[in-house]
Amino acid sequence: MADSTMSQTASVSPGAPEISRLRLPLHWLGVTPFFIFALVFLILPTVGLIAGAFKNAAGDYTFDNIIALSQPKLAAAYWVSIQISFVSAVLGALIGLAMAVAVVRGGLPPWLRSATLTFSGVASNFAGVPLAFSFIATLGRLGVATILLRDIFGINIYSLGFSIFSFWGLILTYLYFQIPLMIVIITPAVDGLKKEWGEAAATLGATNWQYWRMVVIPVLWPSFLGTTVLLFANAFGAVATAYALTGPSLNIVPIQLFAQIRGDVLYNPNLGYALAFGMIVITGLANLFYILFQRRAERWLK
Amino acid sequence: MKQGSRFWAWLVFGVGTTYFVLPLVATFEFSLRKRRGEYSFDAYRSVFEDPNFQATFTYSVVVAIFTILLGVLLVVPTAYWIRLRLPHLRPVVEFITLLPLVIPAIVIVFGYIRMFGSNSTLPFLATARGTDALLVIGYAVLALPYMYRAVDTGLRTIDVRTLTEAAQILGAGWTTIIARIILPNVLIAVLSGAFLSFAIVIGEFTMASLLNRPAFGPYLQNIGANSAYEPSALALISFAITWGCMSLIQILSRFAPRSANRPN
Repeated sequence: MADSTMSQTASVSPGAPEISRLRLPLHWLGVTPFFIFALVFLILPTVGLIAGAFKNAAGDYTFDNIIALSQPKLAAAYWVSIQISFVSAVLGALIGLAMAVAVVRGGLPPWLRSATLTFSGVASNFAGVPLAFSFIATLGRLGVATILLRDIFGINIYSLGFSIFSFWGLILTYLYFQIPLMIVIITPAVDGLKKEWGEAAATLGATNWQYWRMVVIPVLWPSFLGTTVLLFANAFGAVATAYALTGPSLNIVPIQLFAQIRGDVLYNPNLGYALAFGMIVITGLANLFYILFQRRAERWLK
Repeated sequence: MKQGSRFWAWLVFGVGTTYFVLPLVATFEFSLRKRRGEYSFDAYRSVFEDPNFQATFTYSVVVAIFTILLGVLLVVPTAYWIRLRLPHLRPVVEFITLLPLVIPAIVIVFGYIRMFGSNSTLPFLATARGTDALLVIGYAVLALPYMYRAVDTGLRTIDVRTLTEAAQILGAGWTTIIARIILPNVLIAVLSGAFLSFAIVIGEFTMASLLNRPAFGPYLQNIGANSAYEPSALALISFAITWGCMSLIQILSRFAPRSANRPN
């Protein structure tokens, strides 16, 4: 065993190719546990679900389950999910970018930058049940901010139609992890804007607006789009925050799927698999676009 | 013009900070209101004295520790071997480690419930211990992207090949090389991955709830449905735990070596 590293480096010596061919299975042995683990606990369960989405109760192949996804309740669930994920992703991306530009380029004290990045690292991981609690305590019917707005400013947000358990309430809550995630991912791209480009633009007589329109935005655009679709996927798969905030009542895909896994509320297990398959398709597409955009973005960041 | 852009930067930063700090302050204020008419830490006391809190929190900590152990056992040898011998497999392994970010956790656990039921060839769900094991496995899958990235970044900063050859010349076997040469060298990276895994796992709700395990996440959800002030206290405790994990990662990163002596 001990000399097996030599088989690669010492390929000049005669006979070495034979040795390396003999040892080939041993090379693979080192990664076998990982591949078996990934196969059994990641790939096979997912593939099984996808296969189930294309079968009926008798086990025959069919497209009925996929077609059944268009029934009003499920189609509405997908539509609401897509809307929530889209709005929270776009708002999160825009606000996150603005904050990243502010702390990197805005001439703020340097310690604010590291403080913002540290906080973003924490907040982007602070999703789920506790986050929902925080927002209920802040903007719930008896929340601190709700009461303050009512007693001091005379604005009763609940009589104006706002509710933390509604569409916009959910978005406001999702932004608490979407914005920090954007800041964490986009800051390196903002850092990649070279000072020389600004100086070159100024030398050529560009105004500040022209510099932004013709240099900054085109350079950041792929990173921005890529991260936005990543935020979209992030919101689309989020279960715990929505469940703790609104309970099983809100009609979005992850919550429908949660109820289906708990107690077959669709009375058709295979339709449940189709629901899960739909989620994989959407998050898969989002990640594919992320990779494509990211590849394009990297051209400027070298 | 410079003055103007600084004004905008402060404005954006100020509005953003308000949005992020306000819920924390409000949650803290709310959590102190349990005793009528005055501020008190009663909500925290009642949380810490709740036997269910102690039981579920302990359960989740134990699950998190096993998750980290499984993650390290799985990722360190693989990432090492990929760097040393099978660099052409790197894209494949990286792709697999990124899959848990693509496939939502709820879909993964749905697949488990379908595949590992009592009547299957691997009946994890037939016993409570088996389900615990499946939960640890599921969490290891969720943490895989973070663990792999952390360890791979750590390996990049050391000269894997030279260290391995030196150890082999001195007569070390593979277990010795990985446990006593590679692992100590990437310990800081491994610990970063471990703390991040801990932060993800400790309050996780979806998998634990659907596998019916008495973990901290489902307990949180249950408290939220049944009490008024304790959820706020628990939210801040959770935030503090996440903050603690991230701070430890930051502190550790200061001790990490900056670059490779020889890139490989």
